[in-house]
Amino acid sequence: MMSILWPLITIALALGIMLTSASALVWLERRMLALWQDRYGPNRVGPFGLLQVIADTLKMFFKEDWIPPFADKTVFFIAPMVIMTTALLSVAVVPFAPGFSVVDLNIGLLFFLAMSSMGVYSVALAGWASNNKYSLLGGLRASAQMISYEVFMGLSLMGVVMLAGSFNLRDIVEAQEHLWFCVPQFIGLVIFCIAGLAETHRIPFDLPEAESELVAGFHSEYSGMKFGMFFVGEYLGITLISAMIVTLFFGGWYGPILPPIIWFFLKVFVFQCGFILLRATLPRLRYDQLMSFGWKYMLPLSLINILITGAIILAKR
Amino acid sequence: MDYFFVLMLAGMSAAMVAGGLAFSFLIAPHRPGAIKNSPYECGEPPIGQAWVQFNVGYYLFGLLFLVFDVEAAFLYPWAVAFHGLGFMAFLEMGIFLLVLILGLAYAWKKGALEWV
Repeated sequence: MMSILWPLITIALALGIMLTSASALVWLERRMLALWQDRYGPNRVGPFGLLQVIADTLKMFFKEDWIPPFADKTVFFIAPMVIMTTALLSVAVVPFAPGFSVVDLNIGLLFFLAMSSMGVYSVALAGWASNNKYSLLGGLRASAQMISYEVFMGLSLMGVVMLAGSFNLRDIVEAQEHLWFCVPQFIGLVIFCIAGLAETHRIPFDLPEAESELVAGFHSEYSGMKFGMFFVGEYLGITLISAMIVTLFFGGWYGPILPPIIWFFLKVFVFQCGFILLRATLPRLRYDQLMSFGWKYMLPLSLINILITGAIILAKR
Repeated sequence: MDYFFVLMLAGMSAAMVAGGLAFSFLIAPHRPGAIKNSPYECGEPPIGQAWVQFNVGYYLFGLLFLVFDVEAAFLYPWAVAFHGLGFMAFLEMGIFLLVLILGLAYAWKKGALEWV
């Protein structure tokens, strides 16, 4: 009985933590952007506007959930569910602390990559099913961008895998006890961060949603809770990418004095703030710049990174 | 057993998502209207459907993705077993990557990476 109960509690806890931090991130982003743009941001609902998240969720529930009569209704309905479910599924392999993760898969890293590439179905299907020209363009851009950046997202992590000798995320964290992989795998870290930005389509890679030219891109026709799914899915993605950066390059739960789980969330928090700062700082790329940047610079760089890492490991032996 | 928990998580998250949508469906209003039921194009009446032929550039990038993602699938087992392999394995992978980089250079030269 206990053997079933404990994982159940872990699953509920992990889901709760991820959803809470994703929705807190919505508030945090609005406050931080306001701070950097010299305005107030949400500050009316509750202390520091913290209850804004709850108010927004309630509003989302009560909004009309409109399915366009001209759309492909089944696909239109499935698309937002896919992005949320796959984002929540990636939580399975995140090692929050020693002995605290939903499962300890041997292929944890591959599982994460698989789930993050499933997200492309969601945006492509949403864009196509909406039967709206803006949505179609947004969906196509999103899928072309995501498949381009997915290739070297996986390749940039191979250096880490070579150093740790395992796909298991716990083993990878434990291999960083003495030296975080952000030092020997600095190039990998940079490539992974860029690919992560593109996978979650954040500025400067938010072409699929570019509101100044495509209204809202692939979710132009979405409203109510279905739009909410895309919205929360995006913030879940940011949280997950931050968690993966911490796990793979910044020693996961390792850190002095404070308990491991606190260290993990502190580090994740730093990277989430980094994501927001990037949004406040950078302009949007042009589409051709985005594609050629990925294929002409990032892909060869990640391949060269693998070879250099291999050569150094061999030389040290 | 591990995958059973993954399945459990999948079930729970799918239930959560479906539950949210169902709850919203129950409490939200449903008031369709003639204007509301047309595609959103910033107030302009839409001309034709959106399901049309589109730029071939996306297709080219799809093909490139296929090649390099399969290559990545070859690299994964090599990378994870790298500590147990010797210099020969490194050399072989170097040759493999060189061929692929040549392929990328060819695609680059042919203009497949240019967005037109």
